[in-house]
Amino acid sequence: MSEVVLEGRNIVRDYYVGGGLFGKQKTVHAVKGVSFTLEKGKTLAIVGESGCGKSTLGRILTLIDPQTSGELLIDGKPINIAKDRVTAEMRRKVQIIFQNPYGSLNPRQKIGEVLGEPLLLNTNKTAAERRDLAMQMLVKVGLGPEHYNRYPHMFSGGQRQRIAIARALMLSPSLLVLDEPVSALDLSVQAQVLNLLADLQDEFNLTYVFISHDLSVVRYIADEVMVMYYGEVVEYGTREEVFANPQHSYTKTLFAATPKSDVESIRARLAKKKAA
Amino acid sequence: MALLEIKNLSVGFDTNAGLFMAVQGIDLSVDNREVLAIVGESGSGKSVAMLAVMGLLPKTATVTADSMTFDGHNMLTMTGKQRREIVGRDVAMIFQEPMASLNPCFTVGFQLEEVLRFHMKMDGPTRRKRAIELFKQVGIPSPEERLNSFPHQMSGGQCQRVMIAIAIACNPKLLIADEPTTALDVTIQKQILDLLVSLQVKHGMGLIMITHDMGVVAETADRVIVQYKGRKMEEADVLSLFESPKSPYTRALLSALPENATGDRLSTVADFMKNEAANAGVAP
Repeated sequence: MSEVVLEGRNIVRDYYVGGGLFGKQKTVHAVKGVSFTLEKGKTLAIVGESGCGKSTLGRILTLIDPQTSGELLIDGKPINIAKDRVTAEMRRKVQIIFQNPYGSLNPRQKIGEVLGEPLLLNTNKTAAERRDLAMQMLVKVGLGPEHYNRYPHMFSGGQRQRIAIARALMLSPSLLVLDEPVSALDLSVQAQVLNLLADLQDEFNLTYVFISHDLSVVRYIADEVMVMYYGEVVEYGTREEVFANPQHSYTKTLFAATPKSDVESIRARLAKKKAA
Repeated sequence: MALLEIKNLSVGFDTNAGLFMAVQGIDLSVDNREVLAIVGESGSGKSVAMLAVMGLLPKTATVTADSMTFDGHNMLTMTGKQRREIVGRDVAMIFQEPMASLNPCFTVGFQLEEVLRFHMKMDGPTRRKRAIELFKQVGIPSPEERLNSFPHQMSGGQCQRVMIAIAIACNPKLLIADEPTTALDVTIQKQILDLLVSLQVKHGMGLIMITHDMGVVAETADRVIVQYKGRKMEEADVLSLFESPKSPYTRALLSALPENATGDRLSTVADFMKNEAANAGVAP
């Protein structure tokens, strides 16, 4: 039953900067040959510091940016948006949720319109059908039908992230790319959103690509972990493998930098401070 | 006597819907050479309490307290002029968004030297020398060149280092860091926290860390105040807080940490408060 939803073969993305009147054009290699496979219903976490190319990869997977070279297969079908038009069918398969829920919702759009728009653009559903589906989705993500006619500024950060999740799910995608979905949120709100994502994954059998720099969240949610560093994959394996036995020095640095909140670490730190 | 001592601080905001109490009756004190962490979710009034101390709140806010003394000065009866002399020199603050708290129109060197000119009355060459020294202290490579950079030419971590350099420029007695690492990556977060703590030890400053991240608390604090909806829930030293949290809210916060997850679900504060209310026999 292990059906591969997403596969990348040696994906490369270069950006060209400069090359104007003065100075020569420079090439930035944002993603340098990334390969992976992801099965249905699983979560792949992509970890790395800012500028390591994890969001660029996320944009390629979501069909926002084309890859420079390499192959991207969604549901076994190769796709390259530099050559082919993205069909409504492909759009329905992959959706993305962005980091900042304050920036990703249009302040002049009511929530009902936010949720109805993907259906309006990609399907032939009538206004009444769109409205019903939007209402149902609001309930699914833990909001209520009374929120349908409100504007984004009337919601808190956690609620807005729920709206962003609802919008992504309107087209019932099979793959969801989550670009740092909880890093702008408080601890307890983060817990709520992570719970919601876990529930939705069970209910709709969703596949997640979870982009994050927070290892404690990754350890909680991921099945497979990919660590990126300067556009390259330095570590790729199941969660247990990567967390139990990190191979690359960067992964080790990352683990060492994660704050430890167990009592022994605190005791050790206080003792060290006293000695100093 | 404590460096900063506040008794029964309340802050209210006049809104269209009437008076909103952001902070209700908070007591706190910080000593020299002490790291106090104030933890709470957004809206718990942790930043507002500190902004009240700094006198940075808008006019719609009303601040009342039984007493608010810093280093022997009464901060309540102080005039604006007196306060401005202390703020920035003896008490300094670092904010969450390093990119947003620096002025994009001026070089970082200019912004750092401004503090030295205003508070220390240094002349040009002395300022330059001190600025280079400060940049070295906070770990910015090739400080002579970096002083002429604009904020947009530096990364988030670098900008936060500049903010720290500005804050410690006049050797303050108290440093207030408001979510100093929330906008940063874990590796950079670690560097910045280490830097703050080493500076705190070196200069014998008092340090107040405002954060919502229990991990940051565990890594830096000596003593912790947990705040919820403008009230103090718990005050304890860091070890006993993590070992045996007394307040149910603290327990809720700790159980929301992903590494403390039991089973498939994370417990949330809302669940916890509901259970508490059910146990006490009152509606949530």
